[in-house]
Amino acid sequence: MLTITDLHATVADKPILKGLSLTINAGEVHAIMGPNGAGKSTLGYTLGGRPGYEVTGGSVEFLGQDLLELEPHERAAAGLFLGFQYPVEIPGVSFVQFLRESLNAQRKSRGEEPLSGGDFLKLARQQAALLKLDMDMLKRPVNVGFSGGEKKRAEMVQMGILDPKLAILDETDSGLDIDALRIVGDGINAVMRKPDKAVLLITHYQRLLDYVKPDFVHVLAGGRIVRTGGPELALELEERGYEAVAA
Amino acid sequence: MTQALALPTRKDEDFRYADLAALAPLWPVAVETIAVAAGERGSLALVLDGSEPVAREIAITLGDGASFDLRVLNAPAAYGRVAVRVELGAGAEFTLGAAQLAGGDQTVEIVTDVLHAHPDAISRQVVRSVAGGSATANYLGKVRVAKGADGTDGEQSVRAMLLDRTATANARPELEIFADDVKCAHGCAVGELDANSLFYMAQRGLPPELAKRLMLQAFVAEAFTGAADEEALQAAAKAALERLL
Repeated sequence: MLTITDLHATVADKPILKGLSLTINAGEVHAIMGPNGAGKSTLGYTLGGRPGYEVTGGSVEFLGQDLLELEPHERAAAGLFLGFQYPVEIPGVSFVQFLRESLNAQRKSRGEEPLSGGDFLKLARQQAALLKLDMDMLKRPVNVGFSGGEKKRAEMVQMGILDPKLAILDETDSGLDIDALRIVGDGINAVMRKPDKAVLLITHYQRLLDYVKPDFVHVLAGGRIVRTGGPELALELEERGYEAVAA
Repeated sequence: MTQALALPTRKDEDFRYADLAALAPLWPVAVETIAVAAGERGSLALVLDGSEPVAREIAITLGDGASFDLRVLNAPAAYGRVAVRVELGAGAEFTLGAAQLAGGDQTVEIVTDVLHAHPDAISRQVVRSVAGGSATANYLGKVRVAKGADGTDGEQSVRAMLLDRTATANARPELEIFADDVKCAHGCAVGELDANSLFYMAQRGLPPELAKRLMLQAFVAEAFTGAADEEALQAAAKAALERLL
């Protein structure tokens, strides 16, 4: 589904990703762990196409397309979802309006019919219920006045509504209490644990991986993947720390 | 209120950024007076979205405990100027919600002079401007608090969004206070659409022009929140925005 080959990227002319390679197949859950400053968030933003994250080498293929050739909104329509570490507040624009416009823009670019208002609300209600988020919150402006945990749950509701092929979730577990962590974990499993979908979890901690079991765990350090293993690698990291394991 | 017959020059503070060539044929501008008696309420919605240049001068006097709600959509296809002078009685309340939209090389401007002449009056001004091309959007707003007008509560919230690097916004909120117990706030910002928000929206699938439109609609809408005829104003503002984009 996603093949990253020898990816180099800079932010403000500073090299952050230095030859990162990674292959993710449909049906798989991957976790990328690593110390602060290793380039975890940069990887997510670079794949999402954020302005200012400049690819200086390598290639990324996503579902048979050259991902790096696509504009950010085209990447979304192609099936890539990026869950933000810090979801952005957009005053004056309601979640319902924002998501309906987003979903229909995606559908339009895929040559599908737009979803009617009624059908959209039904879908939104379903996904909100899955994440135990009050539907009334989706009538409010995007993320405005939401707590950290509510923002993360709202990200997962958006993921459920947009129904991507690949979800890259950047520290979706940060700022969550234990109950919310379980709800979010269950949500990820319900939406993304399917044979034709894949997940890349970017995280500092093992705890989310208790709920969303990864097939592969990678250690990112110095802008490249320095070690790959199964779920046991996360436990080893938790026990011995990044320095010992990545060395 | 009288007005000089001679056309103002740029040395006149209130006309510093005005399009004097466009103003000349409209000068002198007749002053429209509105008086609201003590305890009464009034409101006015001005929708300037025609093709001709327009200049309005409005003088509002509010009696004790009176209130007035003024909404302005300043979005003609040519020069647009709305000057408002307000004198507030004791405990009176004045609200201004204004949106200005300008493109091409046009100038739009709102000029206010709000006098808190007596105690405990409230004035709230919300002005949102959007300028594209090489257009200019101005806000010159004065709040004056007379001696003895204690308990005054004055607020100016002024924001402008530039769609192009060649557009200009001038914002000059001004306070002149001669009383001691006064609460006056002003916030003023000129900027571009937030890049973080635009990327966030793009990541969910919104093409840039659609994301921009949603954000600008929300930005302009702040001027008309709570207006008596909010729906009609919002619709007119949306249509004006469409012409600009």
